Amino acid sequence: MENRSFYNEILTEHNIHPEFKFDLEDADIVLEGVNPSCGDDVWLKLKMDGDVIEDGAFIGDGCAISQASADIMLGMVIGKKKDDAIKLVDTFVKMIKGDASDEEIESLEEASALQDISRTKTHATAASYAYRKADFRHREASTVAS
Amino acid sequence: MPDIHEIRKEFPIFENMKSGEVLPFAYLDNAATSQRPKCVIDAEMELYEKHNANPLRGSYPLSVEATDIYENARKSVRKFINADSSSEIVFTRNTSESINLVAYSYGLSYVGEGDEVLVSIMEHHSNLLPWQMVTRKTGAKLKFIECENDGSVDLEKIKALINEKTKIVAITHVSNVLGYENPVKEIAKLAHEKGAVIVVDGAQSTPHIKIDVKEMDVDFFAFSGHKMFGPMGIGVLYGKEEILDKMPPFLTGGEMIDSVSRYDAVYAELPHKFEAGTVNAAGAAGLDAAIKFMNKIGYEYMQERELMLTKRALDGMIKIPHITVYGSDKAKNHTGILTFKIDDVHPHDVSEVLIADGIAVRAGHHCAQPLLQYLGVNSTTRASFMFYNTEEEIDRFLESIATVRERMGYGK
Repeated sequence: MENRSFYNEILTEHNIHPEFKFDLEDADIVLEGVNPSCGDDVWLKLKMDGDVIEDGAFIGDGCAISQASADIMLGMVIGKKKDDAIKLVDTFVKMIKGDASDEEIESLEEASALQDISRTKTHATAASYAYRKADFRHREASTVAS
Repeated sequence: MPDIHEIRKEFPIFENMKSGEVLPFAYLDNAATSQRPKCVIDAEMELYEKHNANPLRGSYPLSVEATDIYENARKSVRKFINADSSSEIVFTRNTSESINLVAYSYGLSYVGEGDEVLVSIMEHHSNLLPWQMVTRKTGAKLKFIECENDGSVDLEKIKALINEKTKIVAITHVSNVLGYENPVKEIAKLAHEKGAVIVVDGAQSTPHIKIDVKEMDVDFFAFSGHKMFGPMGIGVLYGKEEILDKMPPFLTGGEMIDSVSRYDAVYAELPHKFEAGTVNAAGAAGLDAAIKFMNKIGYEYMQERELMLTKRALDGMIKIPHITVYGSDKAKNHTGILTFKIDDVHPHDVSEVLIADGIAVRAGHHCAQPLLQYLGVNSTTRASFMFYNTEEEIDRFLESIATVRERMGYGK
C-alpha cells in the first residue's frame, strides 16, 4: 500500500480547489447532470454573449474526476465561441473513449491530464459526464422542439 | 470449530480472484451478492449435464429427474424457512420479482381508493417502487415509517401509523444500508391487529439470520438465492397458503394452467399458478445446494464470525479521524454491513482508492435513495462482510481507508 497521491496533481488540485465551483446567478443556460450509479449530481451554468461563452460555473456533488473535469472544462470554454466549445467537448469524449489522435489530445491542453484516468468504464463515465453537459446541441434541440 | 481457510477453499473464486499483484482481492461487497461454493456451481452444472429436460412436462426419465430436482429444492426451501407446506413456496427470479408478484397480484386486488400502504424509509427500491405503483394505480395512500438515528424503528410509532385503512405493511427484515434487524414479529402482530398483511423483504437477512416464517407470523417473505451463496436468477416468495390461494396469477401462459379453452383457462394449483413459463430448475438445484451448504456450516458459526469481523472493522473505523459510520455504534446491530463516509472525499473516490489496494466495496446510494436523503447524504461507501471474510481482509480495509484523505490530497 503506497501513500502516494492517488490521482495526478492537476486532477487533485482542480478537485480540491476548483476555480469555477460557485453559483453563477445570472446564467442563461443551466444544465443538470445526474449519474445515479455514482451519486453525482452536478449543475453546469453558463452565461452567453451572443455566440460566445462569457462566463460559466458549476455547483453540486460528485467524485473527484467529475469535479475536476467540470472545472478544467470551464477554464477551457469560457471566452470561446459555442462551435469551438462543442468541438473541444467532442475531442474530449473521443479521448475518453480512447479514439483521439495525439494531435487531438494535445489540443485539449490541461484536459489531456484526464487521459490516463479513462482506462476504466466508471472513470470514463465520470469524466465525460461533465463534458456531455456542455453539449449545447441538447439545448438547441429542445428549443426547436418547444 | 472449522478452519475458515479450509472453508474458503470450497469457493473457487477465492483461488481465481488474484489481483495479479501480491495480495488476493478482498471481497467486501457481500450485501450486493455473495460468493458461491463449488457445490452450488456443481449442482447447477449437473442439472444441465445429467438431467436436462423441461421440468414438469415430459414423462420420460430425464424430465422426471429435472422435475424431482426442482420440487426437492422447493421442499428444501420449505424446511429452511419453516413453512407449513411446499405450496407456499413460489420460485421467482429474485426478491424484486417476488415483491412485484405480491404488489401486482395481491396489491392491485385488495387495495382500494382511500386505503393505506405502509412502508419504511429504509426500504431497498425493490420494496418501495412496487408500492408506489400500487398506491398510484389504486388511489391509496403511501405512508412511511421513519427510523431512529441508530437505524432502529420505534414500535409505538409504527403502532400509531397502522389503522383500519392500512391494507399492507411492507418492511425489510434487515436494512441493506444500516444493517439493523427490524422486529418483524412484533410489526406483524401490529399489522394483523388492524387486519393488514405484512410483506417482508428478506434479501438481506436470509444469509445471516435463521428464518422462521411461522414464528414471525409473516404473510409474505421474499428473498434471493444469490445473496445466500446460491445462484443468480433464482428467488423465493413465501406466502401463506390461504392468501396465495385467493390471489390471481401474476404472469400467465405456459405451465401455470390445468386446462385452457379458446376463451378461458383453469389455473393450476399452488404454487404452479404463480410459475408461468419454463422454470429455472438449475437455479433451484443451486439454491438447494446453497441451503445444504448453510446447514453444514450452521448459522451459529456464521453469525459468530460475522460479528467478530464487523466488530473488528467498526472498532478500527471509530479510531480513524474523519470517518462517520451510519447506524448503530454496536457491531451486533449491523448484520455485517458498515456504511460510512470520509470527510471531503466522494464515496466513489473512496471506492477507487480501495480498488487500487485490492478491496471491493460498494459506493453510491445502494438502491435506497429515500433513506440516504433521510440521512442527509447523497451517497456513501458500504463494506459488507460474510463469514468467509478474514481478519486479514478487515485489517487491509482499515489500513486502506486510513490513507484515503491523504492520497486524495487532503490532510490526514
